[in-house]
Amino acid sequence: MVYENPEGIRIGLEIHIQLNKLKTKMFCGCSTDYHNAAPNTHTCPVCLGLPGALPVLNKKAVEAAIKVGLALEGEIAEETQFHRKNYFYPDLPKGFQITQYDFPIVSKGKVVIEGEDGEHTVGITRAHMEEDPGKLVHIGSIGKSKGVLIDYNRSGMPLIETVTEPDMRSPKEARRFLDKFRNILEYLDVFDGNLEGAMRVDANVSVHWGTRVEVKNISSHKGVERALLYEIMRQKNVIRRGGKVSQETRHFDEGRGVTLSMRTKEEAEDYRYFREPDLMPMRVTDWISAIKETLPELPDAKRARFMEQYGITDMHARSLTSKIMLADFYEGVSAKGADPKFAATWTADVFLGELNYRDLAISSYDGERIGFIHAKDPRIKNSFKVSDMVELINLFAEGKISDRAAVEVIRTMLDTTEEKTPSRIIEEKGLFKAEDDLVTKAVAEAIAENEAAVQDYLGGTEKSLNFLVGQVMKKTKGTADAKTARELIVKELKG
Amino acid sequence: MITKEDVEHIGWLARIDISEQETVEYMEKLNSVLGYFGQLDELQTEDVAPTYHVAEIYNVFRDDMVKDCLPQEVVLANTEHKQDGTFRVPKIG
Amino acid sequence: MAKWMSVAQVKERIKESSAEEVTAHYLENIGKSKINGYITVSEKALDQAKKIDSEGHNGILAGVPIAIKDNISVVGLPNSCGSRILEGYVPPFNAHVIEKLLAAGAVILGKTNMDEFAMGSSTETSYYGPTANPWDLERVPGGSSGGSAAVVAAGEAPLALGSDTGGSVRCPAAFCGVVGLKPTYGAVSRYGVVAYANSLEQIGPLANNVTDIAILMDVIAGYDRRDSTSIDSKTEYQKALVEDIKGLKIGIPKEFFGEGIHPDVEKAVWNAIHKYEDFGASLEEVSMPNIKYALASYYIIAMSEASSNLARFDGTRYGFRESGENWHAMVSKTRAEGFGTEVKRRILLGTYALSAGYHDKYYLKALKVRTLVKQDFDRALSKVDVLMAPTMPNPAFKIGEKIEDPLTLYLSDVNTCPINLAGVPSISVPCGFTEGLPIGLQIMGKPFDESAVLRAAYTFEQNTDYHTKRPQEVA
Ligand SMILES: [Mg+2]
Ligand SMILES: [Zn+2]
Repeated sequence: MVYENPEGIRIGLEIHIQLNKLKTKMFCGCSTDYHNAAPNTHTCPVCLGLPGALPVLNKKAVEAAIKVGLALEGEIAEETQFHRKNYFYPDLPKGFQITQYDFPIVSKGKVVIEGEDGEHTVGITRAHMEEDPGKLVHIGSIGKSKGVLIDYNRSGMPLIETVTEPDMRSPKEARRFLDKFRNILEYLDVFDGNLEGAMRVDANVSVHWGTRVEVKNISSHKGVERALLYEIMRQKNVIRRGGKVSQETRHFDEGRGVTLSMRTKEEAEDYRYFREPDLMPMRVTDWISAIKETLPELPDAKRARFMEQYGITDMHARSLTSKIMLADFYEGVSAKGADPKFAATWTADVFLGELNYRDLAISSYDGERIGFIHAKDPRIKNSFKVSDMVELINLFAEGKISDRAAVEVIRTMLDTTEEKTPSRIIEEKGLFKAEDDLVTKAVAEAIAENEAAVQDYLGGTEKSLNFLVGQVMKKTKGTADAKTARELIVKELKG
Repeated sequence: MITKEDVEHIGWLARIDISEQETVEYMEKLNSVLGYFGQLDELQTEDVAPTYHVAEIYNVFRDDMVKDCLPQEVVLANTEHKQDGTFRVPKIG
Repeated sequence: MAKWMSVAQVKERIKESSAEEVTAHYLENIGKSKINGYITVSEKALDQAKKIDSEGHNGILAGVPIAIKDNISVVGLPNSCGSRILEGYVPPFNAHVIEKLLAAGAVILGKTNMDEFAMGSSTETSYYGPTANPWDLERVPGGSSGGSAAVVAAGEAPLALGSDTGGSVRCPAAFCGVVGLKPTYGAVSRYGVVAYANSLEQIGPLANNVTDIAILMDVIAGYDRRDSTSIDSKTEYQKALVEDIKGLKIGIPKEFFGEGIHPDVEKAVWNAIHKYEDFGASLEEVSMPNIKYALASYYIIAMSEASSNLARFDGTRYGFRESGENWHAMVSKTRAEGFGTEVKRRILLGTYALSAGYHDKYYLKALKVRTLVKQDFDRALSKVDVLMAPTMPNPAFKIGEKIEDPLTLYLSDVNTCPINLAGVPSISVPCGFTEGLPIGLQIMGKPFDESAVLRAAYTFEQNTDYHTKRPQEVA
């Protein structure tokens, strides 16, 4: 099946990601760990742009950029350099941003995503290094601001800006691209997407192969999808009414879910790019093969290996490799003796589902436990041990607990930070599977006490069987295995 | 030669307020200098590579090692316009 | 105590009495100054000297006072760059050269006057008023490091640091009758010097004699990891002070003796060159056909870089701020009021030269011409050891004489700015007088061959007495 793209939608993305796994900023020794710090405490003469201070490039930032370039299957420039992009804005302490211009370190890459019609390739035009500006807080709303407060802690954070070709054909594809892109970056260990402001996206979108509109500064993957859905609807309606989509820059109002035209500029911007005279050019060709060797197994390769090695389904493999830490956790659980197929179900379906339900994002894995943190409230965090998952899966596999009980254990462990093993929880809650004679007794009682239901069932009302099973479960306080109970009732009534 | 409009435009790009009267003065002075710069047109430079820097140095890097930052009060010491540890400026547009 | 002292004499004096007494002597001279050479006199200088006396210091400049151009950052001292826009700004960090000086035991007397943001050749554009030339108080001291050269010439400091983007150390050295060196690009860290034109400028020493220049270079030069353009040349500057130039090949670039040169300047410089012949050097005329384009190339590059460097002065984080209804209006007004006319002209020209549609015609063209100028130097210096020429085509001019017409003022850099385009070292030494005003001989060398330049300068100085003459106006 080939996707026809009936509405002629073209979406291209410009993604700024912070290399927040580095210890220091792009051009100075200030720590990148500023997220919970008081304003202007992670700054120095360089990132404050004080007169006389000079930038010196963080070697790790260049290595990270090369890693990203290789993972995107791009070309790494033999010689590359920095430019100044000159414009005035209060978050920009030097009056220019140090960025790359006509010699970006990465060009011509690609990312394969799960598109509308199966595998779909999104071209990467370029990826380059640059520095982050500071952060502005408007007193009052942007429209009726009384003033602006500036915190330069973010100033000078190392960024990689990636520009895609307009290859995405639906908001869903754009979102899939971002998920995949983030996943790759986390595999490379250069990026932690959980941190606030770690990824900012500008999207350009056109319908009916027409004029493209840029939507600026969207801060989440969900936001991108919503902004694009809105913007496409808006453009289609403009055309439907006989109007013309004008080339403009709009901004996305997250709260209202709409895109709004940004104030038209009185004067055209002219960035007056020129080479940054305080930084020397780079020749990195010699490093490339060495960095290539340190490149980790990337999501697609890992997915294929999981299917092959553990005999799990494509869906499970895809889900497990969607996060490097989850993939590692899964491998840890399998390596410590859990059945890989059971482990896949319990990790990908149940465990991940329960995390998502609680808005918990995986944030660490140290070989023994996987950690997660609440997406909105970073004070809420918890972790889950590999050994506990192994124990739980084994108890289930040995038939000592029901699947319901196992789910219950996972939920309990996610909802408290108390250190308790699964067996201890099972014991405390009395979740061990009931002995067979106990179930048999409960079945007999249920049949004896519910004459009407028995008659209905025998008369052909299947629903009544469910009622009887429910009675058995009630009598055994949920410790019976529902399937077993069902089988026993049927056997009893129909021979 | 630059016009009054050019002066206004570059005044905006450079964020320097220029009064009506100054515009004319700047235009004259800048044009006399640009006229002098025009002598470079005499030189054929199509095959000449630009020299951004005389020093032919490549790959100057810093290790990814954390250094001390400035204390907040030092960062804010050079301005009266501050609030709650931040720099305060008028609304943007 | 003698009003003018060499570093050796200062150290002698410290041994005899104290660093405190020497510093007090210079502070007293500054107190009686007629030249407005300092923007800020350090309140801590005496304490610094006392500390050296009480604790002892074995640095090469222990207790030796020095004056610092007001665009080089010193913790605790205002750094104005001669501009209103930096009013009240006190840097929280030391420039690399200041760290080196403090480690060597130097006592910082204060910050010297300069053309606003080093943009000028006369020290008249300073927000803090012009500095007078000690040889004639109605004349300019040259610029932009006019304060640094003038205080050395007037006995208000034995040593000073300036910065040289297109001649800003050598021009005032020539006009004030002192020695000034522009080191090879990369030899001295620029960390902490407020940038005017990054790819051209270097910090340079000023002193009453060549020996003191070498001493100061031994302190301030060397690799600094905070400046990506820094290079470790491992030169030992004092070792170059050898009175012997037999066999030295001197190139005379006729393009540096062009029209408009003052006849007395030409005569004095030729006299000096012939002295070198007497000492055993050989002369060779060299041709540098692109030098006449250097001035335009230099100014385009300098202004372009400056337009970007000076964008940070927006009233937001430090310095002067004018009020405005919104941030952009505040910035535009702050910059209109905070910068002087010449600075604004250069920012506007630089902005224009980089702007869409003009980038190639001006900026890129200038960079290509820079290549041609550099090739001229490479070619000439492949045949000879040093080049000699007048530092300035004319002696110091009257205050106010050239300030109205920028182009006339720019033209006075014609012999100094090509050196910055090529990045080579160049020194100006006193070589004569005309109507009581000093004349400077410029000696240029190969990249990182300061040794040849210093040796030539030292030999000349050992055999002449121009450097011992003192201005009577301030005696
Ligand atoms: Mg960008
Ligand atoms: Zn910093």
